[in-house]
Amino acid sequence: MNTELLGIIASFAITMLIAIPLGKYLAKMYAGEKIWTDFLKPLERGIYKLSGINPNEPMNWKQFLKAMMTINILWLVYGFFVLMHQDKLLLNPDGNAGQSADLAFNTIISFVVNCNLQHYSGESGATYLTQHFIFMFLHFVSAATGMACAVAIFKAFRDKTTTDLGNFWNFFVKSITRILLPLSIVIALILTFNGTPSSYAGKDKFISLQGDTVNVSRGPAAQMIAIKHLGTNGGGWFGANSTHPLENPNYLTNMTEIIAQFIIPVAMILAFGYFIGRKKLGWIIFTVMMVGVFMLMIPSISSELGGNPLIAKMGISQATGAMEGKEVRFGPTATAYWSTLTTVTSTGSVNGMHDSTMALTGLWELLAMMINAFFGGCGVGIMNYFIYLIIAVFISGLMVGRTPEFLGHKLEAREVKIAALITLLSPFLIMSFTALSSYVFVAHPNIDWAVKPSTWLNNPGYHGFSEMLYEYTSANANNGSGFEGLGDGNIFWNVTTGIVLLLGRFLPIIGPVAIAGLLAQKKFIPESTGTLKTDTLTFGLMTFAVILVLNALSYFPALALGPLAEHFSMLK
Amino acid sequence: MKKYIVPSIRITVVLTILLCVIYPLFITLAGKLSKGHGDGEQIIVNGKVVGYAAIGQSFTKPQYFWGRPSAASYNAAGSSGSNKGPSNPDYLKDVKNRIDTLLKYHPYLKKSDIPADMVTASGSGLDPDISADAAKMQVKRVAQYRKLDEQKVAALVNSHIEQPLLGLFGPGKVNVLKLNVALDELK
Repeated sequence: MNTELLGIIASFAITMLIAIPLGKYLAKMYAGEKIWTDFLKPLERGIYKLSGINPNEPMNWKQFLKAMMTINILWLVYGFFVLMHQDKLLLNPDGNAGQSADLAFNTIISFVVNCNLQHYSGESGATYLTQHFIFMFLHFVSAATGMACAVAIFKAFRDKTTTDLGNFWNFFVKSITRILLPLSIVIALILTFNGTPSSYAGKDKFISLQGDTVNVSRGPAAQMIAIKHLGTNGGGWFGANSTHPLENPNYLTNMTEIIAQFIIPVAMILAFGYFIGRKKLGWIIFTVMMVGVFMLMIPSISSELGGNPLIAKMGISQATGAMEGKEVRFGPTATAYWSTLTTVTSTGSVNGMHDSTMALTGLWELLAMMINAFFGGCGVGIMNYFIYLIIAVFISGLMVGRTPEFLGHKLEAREVKIAALITLLSPFLIMSFTALSSYVFVAHPNIDWAVKPSTWLNNPGYHGFSEMLYEYTSANANNGSGFEGLGDGNIFWNVTTGIVLLLGRFLPIIGPVAIAGLLAQKKFIPESTGTLKTDTLTFGLMTFAVILVLNALSYFPALALGPLAEHFSMLK
Repeated sequence: MKKYIVPSIRITVVLTILLCVIYPLFITLAGKLSKGHGDGEQIIVNGKVVGYAAIGQSFTKPQYFWGRPSAASYNAAGSSGSNKGPSNPDYLKDVKNRIDTLLKYHPYLKKSDIPADMVTASGSGLDPDISADAAKMQVKRVAQYRKLDEQKVAALVNSHIEQPLLGLFGPGKVNVLKLNVALDELK
């Protein structure tokens, strides 16, 4: 059998072998049950004590969100100033400059919201200090923020009628000490023993075999790359992300990184089922999501393996598939597999350039981010799916003529309104900003920005449109991958994507937590024969249909103008 | 929100010490035990560093094996792919020119002998590897320019083909720098 295919089958199998027990572990750990990692309790107690926090103080949904928002705003402000003045601070062996105000605005938002668009290149736009103290720090805490908020929703449904969603600090700190940090240590060790640099040595210079003088950027990258994947962040050390041979030196590290970015999103779904005592519901959601993932992945792999038809016409053999933007050590199969997983989760790291993937692969990458609920980011994936669930329950309720209920709570106007608004938010942000950027490109090509609108597209025609659509889709999904040919290093892109990032992160967290909080306050209605059962395959199918219909209606026209048009133009 | 400001600041400081000082320093120390001591694995010839095993280099002279086209010119102070879309006419012209150049230096080749990795730019611009086919198709040219026995060069290439992980997972490949270092030592 083809070793490239075997490679991804093995990656998938290992992911499942880790994620399933991890799901059970997470459920027990967040519930505060006895578990083998309890030896870390003294460390947690130390953190709470030094921070002046009582981890057992109950919080209602408003207090929970206030605590979450306060610390996130603090990180925004603090990171913004550090990035602007990084040139004057410590750990800058390569003498890199400070970031401009608009770039720092974009960068800090992007990292606080777990997106990591990266309108700078790590080699020249950041210092070792900002890479670690801002970026890597936010890799940990933004993932932990998402996970903590998801657990609040878990708790609302487990406790039937309650106002207590648990303590934000408690879930937040445990996410770091009990999962993110220990696993990061393991991954970072695998990386550094396979050739990823981990020392603080600066740039190196040597004379190549042929006699050219070459500089090599280095730095303590292994530490950051580990959590970049585990926390579904995606912001890399080097500009080329995980295509870079120091960031991802061989096939083993490639497997490690792709496994790392998928285990927590999968485990969180199963953890939901175990936590609320409805194992079956967890597995039904898992099944719906996995079917979605495969529906995106299989055509992606097939279109990359087919190679570029226009290069085939020139008479070149593309025995292993399309190679533009890809690395020989991974091959097109593993790159296509990665492109799907990095867009269904909110990771957005790449091991091959998405801008150069085939038109249809680009379509699946975009669609994965538009749906943004097939596993999704650390913690936030289940929240996005939760919104679709509410809509599905509401529609099914209308169809059978009963008051819609979800897990024993009546869904009423207020909850459905919030869910509907969150559903509309994504298409609104993506479409209106893509329209705006297209308008500026056409009507004001020569505005005096760092990158003029007339030059910000790296590719003409339909593909150029896709570049702009991709950028906002990625920003809204907090994904962070890009069609990187886009010249996004100017004030227009920095500011507009910054706004999309903030709204696309915090509203879809606030909405579901608020819905869960509101539902949990209501009287619990025990299941009867008249109850709509949500843990059945039929209802899973219903949710899947809702996801497909909503997204097809929202995005088909834009996708037709971009990747679909490009695909058909290549068949001529 | 006032109630949460002070704990937010304090926990940020505490976690910064744990996550940005203790954790990375531990990995750095452990990394000292790895092959490249955590600085990246260097390739040393006659006591001089000629490159990094993981980082591709530009080889343009006909007496060396060539690597893949690079959008970053193999300047590892940065890294980038071409980001050209599959239907971009300028890009397709570039590919066509690369094919013509290859055919000029390898007149013995048919177009269908040219593997895709030799006419497309890598994602990082620093790809250290080429496919086994890409190395094999260059053997005759390298042997001619070096006035070496073709079979000897072919044997060298064969000994430099790296198998998939555990022989099972992922593609096989040839590290161009390591191959060329060995080639220079071939008499």
